[in-house]
Amino acid sequence: MILDVRNLKKSFPTSGDPVIILDDVSLSLNAGEVIALTGESGSGKSTLLHIIGGLEPAKSGQILFQGDDIIALDDNQRANIRRKSIGIVFQQFNLIPSLTVRQNLTFQARLSERGDDVDLAALSASLGLDTQLDKFPEDLSGGQQQRVAIGRAIAAKPQLVLADEPTGNLDEATGRSVFDLLVRLARETGAGLLIATHSQALAAAADRRLHLTHGKLTS
Amino acid sequence: MNVRTCIALLLCLASPAFSQGFAGMGAATEGYALPDPTTRFSFPEDHGAHPDFRIEWWYITANLTDADGTAYGIQWTLFRNAMAPGGSATDQAWMGHAGVSTPDGHFFAERLARGGTGQAGVTPEPFEAFIDEWRMAGPDVNDISLTAQSEQFHYDLNLKANHPFVPQGESGYSIKSEAGQASHYYSQPFYQIEGVLTLPSGDINVSGQAWLDREWSSQPLAADQTGWDWVSLHFDSGEKLMGYRLRNSDGGAYTVGTWITTDGTPEPLANGMLTMEAVNETDLAGRTIPTVWDIALPSKNLTIRTSAVYPDSWMGTRIPYWEGPVTITGSHEGQGYLEMSGY
Amino acid sequence: MTGPVLSALLSHWRRRPFQLLTLILGLSLATALWSGVQAINAEARKSYDEAADILGGGGLSELVRQDGAAISQDTFVALRRGGWQVSPVVDGWLPAKNGRVRLLGIDPFTMPRETATGAIVAPATFPDMMGQQGVIFAHSTTAARLTSFGDRLREIENLTPGLAIADITAAMALTRMDGFSRLLISSDQPLRRTPLNEIAPQLSQSTPDAAEDLGRLTDSFHLNLTAFGLLSFAVGLFIVNGAVGLAFEQRRPVFRTLRALGVPARRLVILLTVELLIFALIAGAFGVLLGYLIAATLLPDVAATLRGLYGASVEGTLTLSPMWWLSGLAIACIGTAAASASGLIRVARMPPLAPARPRAWAMANLAAMRWQLGLAAACLGAAILALIIGGGLVGGFILLGGFLLAAALALPSMLAVLVAAMSLVTRGPIAEWFWADTRQQLPGLSLALMALLLALATNIGVGTMVESFRVTFTGWLDQRLVSDLYITVDDEADAPALLAFLDERADAILPIWYVDGDVLGAPAQIFGVSDHPIYEENWPLLASLPDTWNRIAAGDGALINEQLARREGLAPGDALPLPGAWSTTIIGVYSDYGNPIGQVVLPLDTLVARYDNIDRSDFGILISEDRAEALKTDLSQSFGLSDDNLVDQSALKAFSMSIFERTFAVTGALNVLTLAVAGVAILTSLLTLASMRLPQLAPVWALGLTRQTLGRIELMRALILAALTFILALPVGLGLAWVLLAVINVEAFGWRLPLHIFPGDWLWLAGLSLAAAGLASLWPARQLAKRPPADLIKVFTHER
Repeated sequence: MILDVRNLKKSFPTSGDPVIILDDVSLSLNAGEVIALTGESGSGKSTLLHIIGGLEPAKSGQILFQGDDIIALDDNQRANIRRKSIGIVFQQFNLIPSLTVRQNLTFQARLSERGDDVDLAALSASLGLDTQLDKFPEDLSGGQQQRVAIGRAIAAKPQLVLADEPTGNLDEATGRSVFDLLVRLARETGAGLLIATHSQALAAAADRRLHLTHGKLTS
Repeated sequence: MNVRTCIALLLCLASPAFSQGFAGMGAATEGYALPDPTTRFSFPEDHGAHPDFRIEWWYITANLTDADGTAYGIQWTLFRNAMAPGGSATDQAWMGHAGVSTPDGHFFAERLARGGTGQAGVTPEPFEAFIDEWRMAGPDVNDISLTAQSEQFHYDLNLKANHPFVPQGESGYSIKSEAGQASHYYSQPFYQIEGVLTLPSGDINVSGQAWLDREWSSQPLAADQTGWDWVSLHFDSGEKLMGYRLRNSDGGAYTVGTWITTDGTPEPLANGMLTMEAVNETDLAGRTIPTVWDIALPSKNLTIRTSAVYPDSWMGTRIPYWEGPVTITGSHEGQGYLEMSGY
Repeated sequence: MTGPVLSALLSHWRRRPFQLLTLILGLSLATALWSGVQAINAEARKSYDEAADILGGGGLSELVRQDGAAISQDTFVALRRGGWQVSPVVDGWLPAKNGRVRLLGIDPFTMPRETATGAIVAPATFPDMMGQQGVIFAHSTTAARLTSFGDRLREIENLTPGLAIADITAAMALTRMDGFSRLLISSDQPLRRTPLNEIAPQLSQSTPDAAEDLGRLTDSFHLNLTAFGLLSFAVGLFIVNGAVGLAFEQRRPVFRTLRALGVPARRLVILLTVELLIFALIAGAFGVLLGYLIAATLLPDVAATLRGLYGASVEGTLTLSPMWWLSGLAIACIGTAAASASGLIRVARMPPLAPARPRAWAMANLAAMRWQLGLAAACLGAAILALIIGGGLVGGFILLGGFLLAAALALPSMLAVLVAAMSLVTRGPIAEWFWADTRQQLPGLSLALMALLLALATNIGVGTMVESFRVTFTGWLDQRLVSDLYITVDDEADAPALLAFLDERADAILPIWYVDGDVLGAPAQIFGVSDHPIYEENWPLLASLPDTWNRIAAGDGALINEQLARREGLAPGDALPLPGAWSTTIIGVYSDYGNPIGQVVLPLDTLVARYDNIDRSDFGILISEDRAEALKTDLSQSFGLSDDNLVDQSALKAFSMSIFERTFAVTGALNVLTLAVAGVAILTSLLTLASMRLPQLAPVWALGLTRQTLGRIELMRALILAALTFILALPVGLGLAWVLLAVINVEAFGWRLPLHIFPGDWLWLAGLSLAAAGLASLWPARQLAKRPPADLIKVFTHER
């Protein structure tokens, strides 16, 4: 088991009662395992992924990853873990527009001084991007941009990959192929993959499916 | 003697050319009166200034001791230097030097004044030589009070002598080089002196022996003479010796002097009769200064060593030189003053 | 981690070179004007300090006579003989080409060795200095102005220009003084001295202030320059702030991504700071170089002004210290820090997932308008307070600064109101959209428009002041220069023969004799005038008692200049104490532009009776124009008077006007440069906004407006905003002119000038600002008009 989430709670304060986003969520993920996280918009999928990735704080609970409780860490320590061991794929791709595809692909690996370990040829071939390396993100289609984002997340060989609606901005066919690519690459590298999607069809390809409704997790 | 010093110092004002000799002392003399071997001194007039000549000084050095036997030395000098021939009062530049050698260090001061204003000058009778508040004043030159000061020291001394003035050289005509440069020169080496020294440590009552040199000329150094070593010595026997060595740029020297008997009779010493040899040196103000000398006068069976009492007696004035008390050991014992310039 | 993050940050600028150019340009211009002005001031101050060092004996105390009279040689000698280590100084003036030269007589024998003069004049030269015909030392530029001394002049390059040094004897002869101006007290004094009151009770000890006078006189001039430098710096910072703020906002997605990929916030802020520091240093270096060029170009004019107006000599060449270069770079860094602090703080506080909203950034400024308006009110309050309390030149500049800042800060709100009003009176969908969109754009453009307002207001204000001054000055010169021919004799002994010669040939001879003296504690000149009706006819008086000139002629009183009257709060009827321990009544006050010190006018008889040491070398001659030329020829033949000694009225007028023009040449140049910076601010703002405006324009295009129409509308918008800004700048500029004429000038120079209005200049300036805005918007408008439709379509396809 690489990730163990225990009794996670998160709410937003409002003028009246606080709105509960996550209500006592627990889950665990093994190396090489793919879990699909489904649920309606606003069900808390993104928040859960952000908290696991250390991007947002939580009210209570534990997230055990590599022997640390991510909840208990400070912002700098979370950033360090994220940089070295977690790959994140966003719905908006979040590439750096002023860097080339080549630079974007190796970016996270280079942040941890592991840029030289990346087999760029093999990676770009498996992403189908070998002819696009010197282009800038804005010259690529949406599907291609998300492939770059996936490549960037995988290249640093993280233990955990978090993907937040990675196909949400793509048409159905492109989404399918991107989703498959993500799952295949995660399995190849042995990383655990937690993927949030509202598409039941895509979720079917996962090892396990978890469903979020009003902040509660069901299988 | 101190002669050169003064000249050197004063000529720095008069001549932009420092190329000839020490500080221009070998400069030309057109328009100035020249020393004449037939001239005889006439007092008190000759105690006053001789403005037709280019340079002149009133120079007192004294060896002093306090009640504990600690040695001190003082110097008081007034230089006159004509900036142009003709003897006009306003063409005269005056310079005063005062020094005090003490166990706590050497103190000195310098004053400059233009002539014709009353800021500096000399009157022969009643005698007064002054620059600013520094004064050497008598009723006459054998009975004078002497005062000078700076921000660090002050002295107020009385000098008395009963001997006549001693003409140096040939009846006061003192030849300075083989080429014949000369000056008019007389001394009073027989002063008894007492008074008060004020130093940073406080007031000190002192007494001892003093020596006056009076000299005037228009060109005291030959062009190739670079500096001098001069002594005025009081022997315990009551005899006195004035001697100096004018150094040439080629390494040679012109050494003359006067032996003065206890009654004040001068015996001029021709070039070479007196020998002076430096035997120990002191590093001072970035220079190497010979502060111990072996002096021999075979005609008087004299073989002595003079040693600076305070080797740091450096006059850091516009033209710097060494001037301070010495002790005498050897065939004759006593004390005196040493002056060295051009180092 | 540092390498990839920094390269990711910097790659932004590679993709947007224009934005980088804006940033560097803004920062460089800001630094350039600031450091250029600093260089000029530093050079002038260095010259003053050197002069102060010499005139004031290097900060030594001095003995002076309380009654201002000369100290006799006997007193000096008595002090020396009393143990006082003092050295006499003769302080006077020598007539010279283009004015006069300060002559300092020293005693080389007693000059304290620690003084600057002691170091400058070598002992070897003392003999040549002695006597009444002794040599005079001067810098080569000064020597060139002292034509009548021949081989008595020796050039010394390390002596301050405008100053000559001679022995006291020679100086007393040249200045006709019989004694010394003061005695410098050496810092080393002997143990025992006779008390001063036993030797010379009439003397008192004081610290030197002669040279400070120069500093005080010229302070206002330098403060003017500094104010311009600051204004330009502020305008430049508007540009930098805009560029940095936009760059930060555009890169927010990148910041967010970097944070998501594991870059800690602190590291990100540090690297952004490093990035800005790199830019600041590059731009600072450019700016300092540019500043050097500006200073080198303007300095000769500044030097001429200072000499003409204040008699202060400043070297015409720049010698800049490493400190100046460093301070230029430092000011660039400080400017960058000031302009980007808010951006950096926002990045530091930004949660990792904050959304990117460049539009919102522009809009957020809309909310800022309210507190800007509050700040404007505060600034205006401070300005009004400064006006009420007064408080000298500094108070004047607080008034100026508060007023200008208030106007600038209030501008966006004012424009919003104007635009809203416009939208009410126009009809039709396009007009509706146009005004709404213009209003939306205001916040993004407000910084640039504020810069434009400041530049325009300054231009109007300073232009109005200069022109008012010119009109007043010209009219005053016409009246004041009553004589047709002005004669200066080199030797006063020639004067009687000259007078006899002129008696038959001229219509009237008006002696212009004067003596220097301290009036009410400050240096002044006391003139004597003869009783001649031409004065009554021509001399403009600001205030006077009735029967003015008859009372003057009868010896009942004196006239004083406006400077003296204002400085001491004097009015006609008041008593006026004068040197020599007597006093008279003020009969009238006259304006006296271009003169920094006080003046008193007495009847000639009184002057001669009361004072020695009168300078009697100047005469004015009344003669009809047709005979003037012949008289000049006669005079130069009979008395050997050179052209320098014979000046006719028109030549004198031309000379005065040339000083005037040079004085304001610098002001004019800085004015233009400030306007140029504002132009750049508008250009950069419009260009950066243009890149963000596609999402707003695309729907309008989709609804059927052509790209060309859109381009024209954009151009029109810029012109309208510039025109509105200009209209608002007009009252601000006139207010500024009023402050300059009625407050700053009075404080700085001691005279108040009437305000004249020059609408012709405004038209020109309006045209210029419209052209600047038009040119600045032409490029973005053209780009828009030529934009491929695909770009506009992208807005819809890429819209998130």
